[in-house]
Amino acid sequence: MLTIENLDCRYGQVIAVSGLSLEIAKGELVTLIGSNGAGKSTTLKAISGLLKPSAGRILFEGVDITGASPREILARGIAHCPEGRRVFPQMSVEENLEMGSFLRRDAAGIAADKARLYERFPILLERRTQAAGTLSGGEQQMLAISRALMSRPKLVLFDEPSLGLAPNIVERTFDIIRQIRSEGTTVALVEQNAYAALELSDRAYVLEQGHMTLSGPARGLLADPHVQSAYLGTSDAIPVN
Amino acid sequence: MTRWLPHLFVLFLASVPLWMTDNYILHILITTGIFIIAAMSLNLLLGYTGQLSLGHVAFFGIGAYASALLSLGFEAHIAPGLLVKVLPKPVWFAMLGGIASAAVCGYAIGKLAFRVRGAYFVIVSISFAEVVRLVALNWVELTQGPMALNNIPALKLGAAGLELSFLKKPMVYTLVLAVAVLSYVLIRRLVQSRAGRAMIALRENESLATSVGIDVTAYLVLATVVASAIAGAAGALYAHYVRIVDPDIFLFIYTVTMVIMVVTGGKGTLAGPIVGGVLFGLLPESLRAMAMPPEVQWIAYGVLMVLVVYFLPRGIVPAINERWGAGEATASPLRNLVVAAKARS
Repeated sequence: MLTIENLDCRYGQVIAVSGLSLEIAKGELVTLIGSNGAGKSTTLKAISGLLKPSAGRILFEGVDITGASPREILARGIAHCPEGRRVFPQMSVEENLEMGSFLRRDAAGIAADKARLYERFPILLERRTQAAGTLSGGEQQMLAISRALMSRPKLVLFDEPSLGLAPNIVERTFDIIRQIRSEGTTVALVEQNAYAALELSDRAYVLEQGHMTLSGPARGLLADPHVQSAYLGTSDAIPVN
Repeated sequence: MTRWLPHLFVLFLASVPLWMTDNYILHILITTGIFIIAAMSLNLLLGYTGQLSLGHVAFFGIGAYASALLSLGFEAHIAPGLLVKVLPKPVWFAMLGGIASAAVCGYAIGKLAFRVRGAYFVIVSISFAEVVRLVALNWVELTQGPMALNNIPALKLGAAGLELSFLKKPMVYTLVLAVAVLSYVLIRRLVQSRAGRAMIALRENESLATSVGIDVTAYLVLATVVASAIAGAAGALYAHYVRIVDPDIFLFIYTVTMVIMVVTGGKGTLAGPIVGGVLFGLLPESLRAMAMPPEVQWIAYGVLMVLVVYFLPRGIVPAINERWGAGEATASPLRNLVVAAKARS
């Protein structure tokens, strides 16, 4: 579904990603793990068009989307859930959801999707008119995920969905991501919480300083000694989830 | 009830020329009204897209100069050996020309400046206003420089026999009120539309706005064009009211005044620039009426400004909304915050 070939990304002179190639098949859940500055978020930004790659190609469903505008890429079916501030704080919950369908014109379909998401996350319905900035971290996360789904994506990119959330909310978030995948949406996940991400994923890529150093089935990586020492703590440590 | 308040307010304002005979007070109301129109246009940029245009007076001045020049006619060398000659045009046409000129400049500045945003936009807008002021000062052939454009005709509408002249103050007042109401309605429609939501989204979180498919630069340019057209309209009204335009129209202090009106009234609210404009437009004159010496007037002005900013940091209108929960007709973010606060307590 998504193919990346020899991707190079730089911020000015700083090389963030270099010679990265990866592949995501339809219906898969693929994780990129790596430490800070490994180039994970940069890769997602290049896929969604927020950042222009300096070299390489990105193909989505056989179409070259390298350097296309975020608008165009979203319209093709890739939604990006960026890290950090996840919502429009002064807009209401409902307005936030509607922003997710900004490019869609089918009012009836939008209303139906909204209703479906409210059914799935009743807390959002309860807080429908409330400013999104007043929601708790977990509620904002539900809202951000719902907003991404409002564009009816074929592929969703999640950037650090567990960042800054309480452990029970992290678990809930990963449950939702698993559900999204089971409904047929392809998912690419970037995570520092490597253990939880690998448990969830089909396959994973390990990025280190802009290069891909390891890849393979997630189960296999969980058992890999290098991954264990670098990302999961020592092999006998109890993973903190 | 609150639904009808704005209409009643406009009706009251419209009735002023019928009973107000004091020309001095009408003059103050006219100049305040013109400033409020300009402040409303600045609010579209500053309040809704979050971009501070510190050269906003440029669009006001361009509207004034273009409208005045078109109505007077002019001859000027655009390039060596290229003489452009324009015969005097009817004032209504000149005013539309002034609005269009300001809008075109807004488009150019928007395209140029929004490649970068934030602080860079502030710098580009300040520089633009200063460049325009220097052009107005030094291109004597076109603008008369510091000698100013004089004898600018007042607006006349209709044919002979049934002619409306906007020379006298009551008529000018009505015209300014009409343009103000029109601008308000236009801005309200814009900010409540899909485009308006895109503007608010990019103010709130630009990278997120981009990721939901909003072409951020396009909406910023749109906001700049509309804002500069409205500021140009205010400038055109000014030119044909005071009937003299000189380069001092581009002074930085006028931009600052507009910013004060928007910020104290409440940026990002529709009523904010009106409340701030009434307060800081009428204040200097009312202080003068109280026979205060000028330096005391300015101290009072400054003190009031500091008090408003200190006690109502988000402006008067948001404070009122919060206090009484009476939101604007829009699903305003502030009302949402109020609702949220109530829900929590």
